Amino acid sequence: MDKAKKSTITAQVVIVGGGIIGTAVARELSRYELDVLLIEAEAEVGWGTTKANSGIVHGGFHEEPGTLKAKYCFSGNQMYPKLCEELDVCFEQNGIMMVARTPHEMETVRLYYKRGKERGVNVQLFSQEEVARQEPNLDPKIVGALFAPEGGAVMPFELAAALMENAIQNGVKYKMNTTVIDAWREGDKKYLETPEQIIRADYVVNAAGLFSDDLARMFGDDYFSIRPRKGEEYIFDLSVKDFVKSTIFPVPGKISKGILVIPTAAGNLMMGPTGDNVEEKEDLGTSQDGFNRVFEGAKRLVPSLDARKIIAQFAGVRAASDRGDFIVELSPNVPGLLHLAGIESPGLTAAPAIAADVPGLLEEAGLQLEEKQSFNPRRAGVVRFNSLSREEQDALVKKNPSFGRIICRCESITEGEIVDAIHRGARTLDGIKFRVRAGAGRCQGGFCQPLITQILSRELDIPVTAVTKAGPGSEQVRYVAKELYDEEVR
Amino acid sequence: MKKVHVDVAVIGGGPAGLAAALAARSEGAEKVLIIERNTELGGILQQCIHHGFGLHRFKEELTGPEYAQRFVNLVKDTDIDVLLETMVLEVTPERKIYAVNSENGMLEITAKAVVLAMGCRERTRGALRIPGGRPAGVYSAGTAQRYVNIDGYLPGKRAVILGSGDIGLIMARRFTLEGAKVEAVVEVLPYAAGLTRNVVQCLEDFDIPLYLQSTVIEIHGTKRVEGVTIAQVDADWNPIPGTERKIECDTLLLSVGLVPENELSSQAGVAIDSITNGPIVDDSMMTSVSGIFACGNVLHVHDLVDNVSKESERAGRYAGRFALGTNNSVPRRVKVQAGNNIRYVVPHEVSSTEPVEFFMRVQRPEDDVVLDVGGLRRIRKASVRPSEMLDVKITPEQLQNLEGDTLIMQIIPQKEA
Ligand SMILES: Cc1cc2nc3c(=O)[nH]c(=O)nc-3n(C[C@H](O)[C@H](O)[C@H](O)COP(=O)(O)OP(=O)(O)OC[C@H]3O[C@@H](n4cnc5c(N)ncnc54)[C@H](O)[C@@H]3O)c2cc1C
Ligand SMILES: Cc1cc2nc3c(=O)[nH]c(=O)nc-3n(C[C@H](O)[C@H](O)[C@H](O)COP(=O)(O)OP(=O)(O)OC[C@H]3O[C@@H](n4cnc5c(N)ncnc54)[C@H](O)[C@@H]3O)c2cc1C
Repeated sequence: MDKAKKSTITAQVVIVGGGIIGTAVARELSRYELDVLLIEAEAEVGWGTTKANSGIVHGGFHEEPGTLKAKYCFSGNQMYPKLCEELDVCFEQNGIMMVARTPHEMETVRLYYKRGKERGVNVQLFSQEEVARQEPNLDPKIVGALFAPEGGAVMPFELAAALMENAIQNGVKYKMNTTVIDAWREGDKKYLETPEQIIRADYVVNAAGLFSDDLARMFGDDYFSIRPRKGEEYIFDLSVKDFVKSTIFPVPGKISKGILVIPTAAGNLMMGPTGDNVEEKEDLGTSQDGFNRVFEGAKRLVPSLDARKIIAQFAGVRAASDRGDFIVELSPNVPGLLHLAGIESPGLTAAPAIAADVPGLLEEAGLQLEEKQSFNPRRAGVVRFNSLSREEQDALVKKNPSFGRIICRCESITEGEIVDAIHRGARTLDGIKFRVRAGAGRCQGGFCQPLITQILSRELDIPVTAVTKAGPGSEQVRYVAKELYDEEVR
Repeated sequence: MKKVHVDVAVIGGGPAGLAAALAARSEGAEKVLIIERNTELGGILQQCIHHGFGLHRFKEELTGPEYAQRFVNLVKDTDIDVLLETMVLEVTPERKIYAVNSENGMLEITAKAVVLAMGCRERTRGALRIPGGRPAGVYSAGTAQRYVNIDGYLPGKRAVILGSGDIGLIMARRFTLEGAKVEAVVEVLPYAAGLTRNVVQCLEDFDIPLYLQSTVIEIHGTKRVEGVTIAQVDADWNPIPGTERKIECDTLLLSVGLVPENELSSQAGVAIDSITNGPIVDDSMMTSVSGIFACGNVLHVHDLVDNVSKESERAGRYAGRFALGTNNSVPRRVKVQAGNNIRYVVPHEVSSTEPVEFFMRVQRPEDDVVLDVGGLRRIRKASVRPSEMLDVKITPEQLQNLEGDTLIMQIIPQKEA
């Protein structure tokens, strides 16, 4: 459509991008009397880098002193317990262990220990025996470790969805399946063009992740760029969930934290990620070579890992900036444009802390902040059938029979939970998988996909052939049986 | 919570569960209960609408649903209880079963004997680690079978099938009959994994090419599958550089094997055989946990449902006896071992009170061989194939002649025999 033909709508603050950063900012801004609109290109929030990472809430001892990463990682970590409690999101505070394989590596571990201590991180040093006692499946050659008990794990997608749900509850508006294709400034006003409309905003928050440099460039800001770096991860079946208790890190290399063994918040063990510079921002392929490197690295920590227990794999792309640090600043050229860019790892951990600084930064740019009396930090609790006692499950089914229908048999997810997820905003098979884990188990949806396809069709009142895996173009089943034989006749 | 007491509880209402329940009831067990999570009995057979079932049992070629219906009718004629749309969540070693449905809520079922008959699931892409993106359009063959045969939808119109297991072969024909084009069936082994009969009737008759010693090395497409790259593999299954070829398609079906569903069994403390991925059983089909029996695809993957019915009747009979307390005491235990070119044998252990039937698979194809049953019997075979399960019977009298308490099953070349 021609620019001139598009209608114009207005909003006081527009957030571009619904990743963990955009959704955390949306919720933070919903504390104030503001007119906020979040725009996301995908069908649901959290489908960028936010859905494809290690899900670790880092301890805050890794990062170089003086960096924004260091500042926001530690303070983000400290905000997690309360945030997850308010939003009823799983947060497993299972700790982080950085292990040394040689006395020489132990020297490096001690440096991180010192770094953590100085920052105020709760860190402890473990002897060989203490490591073996706490994590008996680690390589016995490991000579010692650093342990940070306040590190943990979340399901990043669940958190982003919960942040968005709570933001919407507190008045934030949103547009999904909407890509910003052009942007410019006229006087004080900023304009964002989408395929259908033009949006006029007083303030714009650039939370476009991998594409944050492209958005900046549309406004004429070309002083930073994003260098995509891919990470492959491999997930194991629940049957090996108890192999390790904490996330196990090696001593880091120069650019990445190395290959880790991660007990995810969902319970599955995971190993990864690789760290490879890539040309394409959307290069989400996994590879044999990547697998080999991950498996080798993980086996150096946990020698008994069995590749046959792998049930799924994925890759995510980090939005590293050419500065090597987060970019959290008002544009020097465009008043009222705030860049939250280059938020690579530990961006998930840092997100709540970065978001908490956003109202202040916008105030600096002239925004008036008035606290909203009606702000409610809690969202309605989520029922997790699996985590209830048998008596509670019984009572629940008697109240609402749809909780008595198990749809995903690997993870025991009920129809009630799936319908609830749809009512909270899930629109696709992936959306349901990431929210309630139906289809995320060992059969990877083999049994439940057809059933969930039917439920989505029924609840959204769309034909089965319009149900998608992840938005338009990814229809799950394309044709009605025998339809291919149909022929137009005059 | 509603509490129920039964003699024999059967988990799963597929052909295995149906046959076991019927046998337990005939044996005299009074209260027999089948618990099934689907809306109807019959298990996976309900989506196998092709014919070829029951040749051994009924000397007739039936479709899957027809075969199942014969057993369902028999069950209907008895007082066997059936709970449909009811999912078993837990089995304890003390034989307490927790199951849920929307009508009764949570049920606590205490059973004197339990028969595990949960069937199997399909191996997934993750287990194969096929590189590439994760677009829509990748299905396990059984999932696609359900979409087409039960729900009435065709996933796509140009398909490549990875794996020549029976379900994949059957789906190659089904897709073709639905008007879709099957570009290729790709198999990593030097021979087809499914039954020869299916290769002929489902591929050759429809001119669908089968590429042996080949595999899919990459999946293309971001939203929807746009194609796959296939390549030939060497003896270690590594792709051979220079043999890559891209095939355009919108659908990739995976037919790369079945895995018995033993999460409930493991929870109950049942010991699992790492080769079959099913419980370790004796010739009464009892697992390592007293009073818990197993049969059908949950025990080991069968290719013929006729064998499932036979094996399950045995399990049901012994479960019935166990519940009644009339189980014969076992005079002597003999361990069964897989010898040369035998991948596994079920049951894993036998006593010598009744004739016993062994089911086994070979590791690799071989021609002109002899199946040697612990020196007790020797059976000449023109050929053996991993896809075709072998079975052999031994009587208590024959077993008497065994020296020691290990029976070794092995394949030996005819010239050495
Ligand atoms: C392999 C890997 C492992 C990681 N592990 C960890 C970890 O363990 N702990 C940790 O703290 N961090 C980790 N990270 C980092 C973390 O995942 C990121 O920092 C975080 O997800 C970034 O969130 P975001 O909101 O900035 O980006 P995204 O999640 O990518 O969100 C950006 C959103 O903007 C949308 N968008 C882009 N352009 C437009 C446009 N033009 N119009 C509309 N919408 C647009 C996108 O669709 C996307 O949804 C990891 C990263 C990777 C890749
Ligand atoms: C997709 C597929 C296609 C097949 N096609 C053929 C074919 O064409 N020809 C052929 O000869 N064989 C075929 N087979 C093999 C065939 O499955 C077996 O011959 C036979 O059906 C196995 O019977 P079963 O009862 O052991 O398992 P199933 O038929 O799988 O029955 C198991 C039953 O247990 C139920 N169940 C599982 N867990 C629970 C629980 N926790 N609570 C309650 N109920 C539960 C399931 O819903 C199911 O109904 C196919 C198998 C599969 C998986």
